[in-house]
Amino acid sequence: MALLEVNGLTIKFGGLTAVDGFNINIEQNELVGLIGPNGAGKTTVFNMLTGVYLPTEGTINLDGKSVVGKKPYDIVEMGAARTFQNIRLFKELTVEDNVKIAYHNQMNYNLMQGLFRLPAFWKEESVAKENAMDLLDIFDMKMYANTLAKNLPYGKQRKLEIARALATKPKILMLDEPAAGMNPYETKELMETIHFIRDKFGIAILLIEHDMSLVMGICEKITVIDYGKIIARGVPEEIKSDPNVIKAYLGE
Amino acid sequence: MDFNNKKNYLFNLGAVIIFFVILKLLMNGNVINRYYQGIIVFICINIIVAGSLNLTLGFLGQLALGHAGFMAVGAYSSALLSIYLRSLELPVIMHLGTALLFGGLISGIIGYLIGLPALRLRGDYLAIITLGFGEIIRVVINNLKFTGGAQGLSGIPKIANFTNAYWIAVVVLAFLYALIRSRHGRAIISIREDEIAAEAVGIDTVKYKALGFTISAFFAGIGGGLFAHYMAYLDPSIFNFMKSVEIVVIVVLGGMGSLTGTILASAVLTSLPELLRNFSEYRLLIYSFVLVVMMIFRPQGIFGTAEFSLKNLMSSPKGFMKKMKRDASGDDLNGGGK
Ligand SMILES: Nc1ncnc2c1ncn2[C@@H]1O[C@H](COP(=O)(O)OP(=O)(O)OP(=O)(O)O)[C@@H](O)[C@H]1O
Ligand SMILES: [Mg+2]
Repeated sequence: MALLEVNGLTIKFGGLTAVDGFNINIEQNELVGLIGPNGAGKTTVFNMLTGVYLPTEGTINLDGKSVVGKKPYDIVEMGAARTFQNIRLFKELTVEDNVKIAYHNQMNYNLMQGLFRLPAFWKEESVAKENAMDLLDIFDMKMYANTLAKNLPYGKQRKLEIARALATKPKILMLDEPAAGMNPYETKELMETIHFIRDKFGIAILLIEHDMSLVMGICEKITVIDYGKIIARGVPEEIKSDPNVIKAYLGE
Repeated sequence: MDFNNKKNYLFNLGAVIIFFVILKLLMNGNVINRYYQGIIVFICINIIVAGSLNLTLGFLGQLALGHAGFMAVGAYSSALLSIYLRSLELPVIMHLGTALLFGGLISGIIGYLIGLPALRLRGDYLAIITLGFGEIIRVVINNLKFTGGAQGLSGIPKIANFTNAYWIAVVVLAFLYALIRSRHGRAIISIREDEIAAEAVGIDTVKYKALGFTISAFFAGIGGGLFAHYMAYLDPSIFNFMKSVEIVVIVVLGGMGSLTGTILASAVLTSLPELLRNFSEYRLLIYSFVLVVMMIFRPQGIFGTAEFSLKNLMSSPKGFMKKMKRDASGDDLNGGGK
């Protein structure tokens, strides 16, 4: 049984079939790429996997349990975390608080214990703070802990969003064009970080990229979609020379 | 860090006691006469009510336009219970405490019931529902027998005074601070920041919206109850739409997301109209003017989301000013952390 099993995933927006019969299997600790030209349906796939959209048809199983019809926050608890194509941080909050919010479900003290500042509050809050700092340290962002998220440089904002997703302790991390808007140097650094995360946290990663050359370097397997349909699948070498892929990217 | 925080609490408690003693001495020496004393009680009540609205408006990020309605619910339900309790001859603290908790509870329950359907949806439905609620509750009270109807409700034990109003305001503020600096409070704030991102990190947004709004209604009810026990008389027209607007103006002026701002704005906006009684006809005009000016020159309110912290001020006045400025303007002067 694979960690993530998706079969026949389809969604229709009125007359438009944005994703049509999508399927994929992702094993534990695998790094998989999902690529395709603009408007191919990549983000829409993510939105279905994470409960933002309800698929018209198809099944999604995470660790053997169906996620179709579940709320996004339930799916997070089941072990799937994501980032967004157009960064969604808690902008007016500090870097530290951004991460701490993601620890919410790992803390157990109740409202009264919090309001009356009982021992459970102090204990769990100090654990959360430590964990947040350790996580930020991994991303070399500890010195930004008290900076407001909106004031981070662009590349760091992307990193913070990934750190925040990791704080939910996912089994699979889904990254939607994490390199969008980055310069080549930042992009290279980010790709190394992604590789490092996979090894360090032992999780599976599903990476959306628009730019083919980026994913080629780090993904073991790549799925290509165009107009909502899978047009190719395989290891990077196969994808590079696939006539359908070349056609989709370069046009007729 | 743990220890530091607890020390901080003692420090603040000390400051609050000292401030209380000073006010009390001034009152005993009649520097603050009975009239001004009354204004201070109203400031305390407004701090409670506006502080509670700030939880919805500033921290949860949802517009609510019927807070006077929750005040009314708290005021009437606590007053009615209080009249009934009178025969038991309880000590004042227990009598007032029971009545206020009851008022808060009823208000909180009603807040939950009317808030939940609106909060399930994304968008400004809460504004519309609370607006309607504020009007309906007034009409209902007006037409019921046991509330005294339009003639009003009299005979409420006049057991609220400066001392208990002051300490109740302190306790309510302490709870609000404690809330926003806990995991539950952070969940509430994350909804203001970005609802979709909040869900994507595991926050049940409907649950925390309902929680925030219910607590907000609860404390508004407490404020209303305190008002009832200070006035000893209620009539439904007190809790009209203008009252709701007044509370919104306090929150907006002080800064949505700053309890310090709420305290300051409550003090200013409660005492000004009293001191300028002659201009009372222009009250509406002045409020609108203040709001328009604020929106143009300082949309984030006087304090933005900044909070005043005594400990930081004492330990590092320069760093404190820097942080206050940062939070007040929404800019980050530190740029790259400390
Ligand atoms: N909520 C929606 N309602 C209607 N159409 C939608 C909706 N969401 C996505 N679509 C359509 O589905 C198609 C796929 O969009 P999607 O955002 O998934 O593409 P993408 O592969 O992520 O593209 P990009 O590389 O530009 O991010 C597009 O034609 C888009 O207009
Ligand atoms: Mg996309």
